[in-house]
Amino acid sequence: MALMRPDPTFYPSPGMAMQAPAERLAYVALLNAGNNGQRDAMGVVDLDPSSSEYGRLVGQTDFPRGDNELHHFGWNACSACLCPQAPHPHMERRYLIVPGIGSSRIYILDTKPDPKQPKIVKVIEPEEFIKKTGYTSPHTIHCGPDCIYGSALGSANGDGPGGIFLMDANTFELKGQWEQDRGPQQLAYDFWWHLGHDTMITSEWGTPNMVKDGVNPELLLAGKYGHKIHIWDLDKRRHQQEIDLGAEQQWVLELRPSHDPNKAYGFVGVGISLKDLSSSIWMWYREDRGKNGKWAVRKLIEIPAEPADPEKLPPLLKGFKAVPPLVTDINLSLDDRFLYVSCWGTGEFIQYDVSDPANPKKTGSVHLGGIVRRAAHPSKPTQPLNGGPQMVEISRDGKRVYFTNSLYAPWDEQIYPDGLKSWMVKLDADPNGGMKLDEKFFVEFDGLRAHQVRLEGGDASSDSYCYSEAK
Amino acid sequence: MTHEMGSTALWLMLLLGAYHGINPGMGWLFAVALGMQEQKGSAVARALVPIALGHALSIGIVVVTAAVLGMALPQEAIRYCVAALLFGLGIFSLVRHYHPRWVRMQVGFRDLTAWSFLMATAHGAGLMLLPVLLGSRTVEAADHMAGHHHTSAAASPLAALLATAVHTIAYLAVTGLIAWVVYSKFGLAILRKAWLNLDAVWAAALVVTSVVILLM
Repeated sequence: MALMRPDPTFYPSPGMAMQAPAERLAYVALLNAGNNGQRDAMGVVDLDPSSSEYGRLVGQTDFPRGDNELHHFGWNACSACLCPQAPHPHMERRYLIVPGIGSSRIYILDTKPDPKQPKIVKVIEPEEFIKKTGYTSPHTIHCGPDCIYGSALGSANGDGPGGIFLMDANTFELKGQWEQDRGPQQLAYDFWWHLGHDTMITSEWGTPNMVKDGVNPELLLAGKYGHKIHIWDLDKRRHQQEIDLGAEQQWVLELRPSHDPNKAYGFVGVGISLKDLSSSIWMWYREDRGKNGKWAVRKLIEIPAEPADPEKLPPLLKGFKAVPPLVTDINLSLDDRFLYVSCWGTGEFIQYDVSDPANPKKTGSVHLGGIVRRAAHPSKPTQPLNGGPQMVEISRDGKRVYFTNSLYAPWDEQIYPDGLKSWMVKLDADPNGGMKLDEKFFVEFDGLRAHQVRLEGGDASSDSYCYSEAK
Repeated sequence: MTHEMGSTALWLMLLLGAYHGINPGMGWLFAVALGMQEQKGSAVARALVPIALGHALSIGIVVVTAAVLGMALPQEAIRYCVAALLFGLGIFSLVRHYHPRWVRMQVGFRDLTAWSFLMATAHGAGLMLLPVLLGSRTVEAADHMAGHHHTSAAASPLAALLATAVHTIAYLAVTGLIAWVVYSKFGLAILRKAWLNLDAVWAAALVVTSVVILLM
């Protein structure tokens, strides 16, 4: 359905989006783990501080199946609809595109009739997904200037190559593989772009066969998981450059390009270093702004492993006598100023000021959960928590930050073998740096595990912009 | 020249040019974006030249083709064809939101000309001019039958070129003015409020025009 005026949640620039009203609802992917008879679901959490149900699960749409391993998901339309090349601003931000990396199924949810009880309006079955894209395990979803883009971890048989697929934003029909020439790229995970530079960036985790049975120590110690990022011509769909972070840098995961379309740099988190179990944050950047400018990376932040009593470590880590930080998600505020980093292993959640991207400053830190620390939430100070800071989302104005604690069911079991109990928290961020847990916001999920969070109207990882701020 | 195209037709060409110029999807918005990309007002002005050229090419090809066909085919046939094309495109645009795929934002002169050509063509911009030309030919024909004066059929392509030029001048003036005002005065926040769904209006206009042609 077309609107007569642009969808009010579309903003030309990230700066304008920061003026958006505060979100009142969060959509949270809830995945069923194990054979407990429960089904996957989309949860709806009340974020309105003036509501009597603030910080509670106020809606839940159960999926017909429980084998999807819901992870990331995205909107059908966003601020990229305002891009000048082929603008279509009268679409509605209304449907959630929810892929299952376990099942290769994609659910389309309509949030309009009842925002607290989204309705499943279309299901793309795995057979169709594989037939039309040649891929399996769909992962990240982004709405682009021309259609919906998604990444997928593997090929039809569960090995490489993984890659990018396209979906029509009106009909939700799959339009096949995106790549014209993938060059040497085999592994896939996350993707995003610099729209003003016609450039796509993709990262590497592992193929479905490399990850679905848990962390494979042999593959890990041999440096076989992803350790590169890839640079693509977004328009010509061609691989341009492969940047290797070094084989010891395993699990090159979330990509957070600068939101300002004129800038040409971004941040990527690396899960673990084989050298010392540290995690790291890297910056990619264009070396010169010329048409053929090459891209480069540099390591910005290294977060060390913490020594630990082997008694308190899961079997996988006992031999190392240390807790790796395991940076599994990062997120960047819309003004490209604050970078948030989740350390799922140590249970630390860190805020960095990256106004000067090459010289990040640590401006805040909070502990929650963690393999050894088991830090509690201030609302229940005697209840130790497991899992750790993981999927993080930032409000458009940058004042509120939300995160959940589950990673990936087969890996949850290895790192938190006592059975991960899922929760979601909120922090209030100071515009000048610093953050604090909201004591009134602690959501516990019964049986299901919370993964990605999407905020009503958009958030810091849902929208891309084509216009830069005025000077 | 007024023999080939009446002054009413000229005014209509100007109006249609202005109408096409207002549409953000067919010119000024890309110019503004390029200005913001380079942080320079001159980039906005520079973008307008290929944008106008691409628009003129798209319009020109359609109206000259129609004029040439008009010399070879009976006018009735042309009328029905044009009406059917307009009607089909209008209904298609109403039912299915379609826009040509274009992702590139770093564009040179040639890219931008091609982009503008593509957008004008996809919007049926040239087709929208045909009724005016057909209308003026109807007037000619009526004049001719009344024995007022003789018009050569070969004048039509020339009239088509004139129409293209007049239309493009109006288009460029309007799209340029809006680009400049938005870039230097209002800023893009205005998009959020003032961007009416011209696509729906546009599609409706195509359908209405097709009916008008049939009734002509």
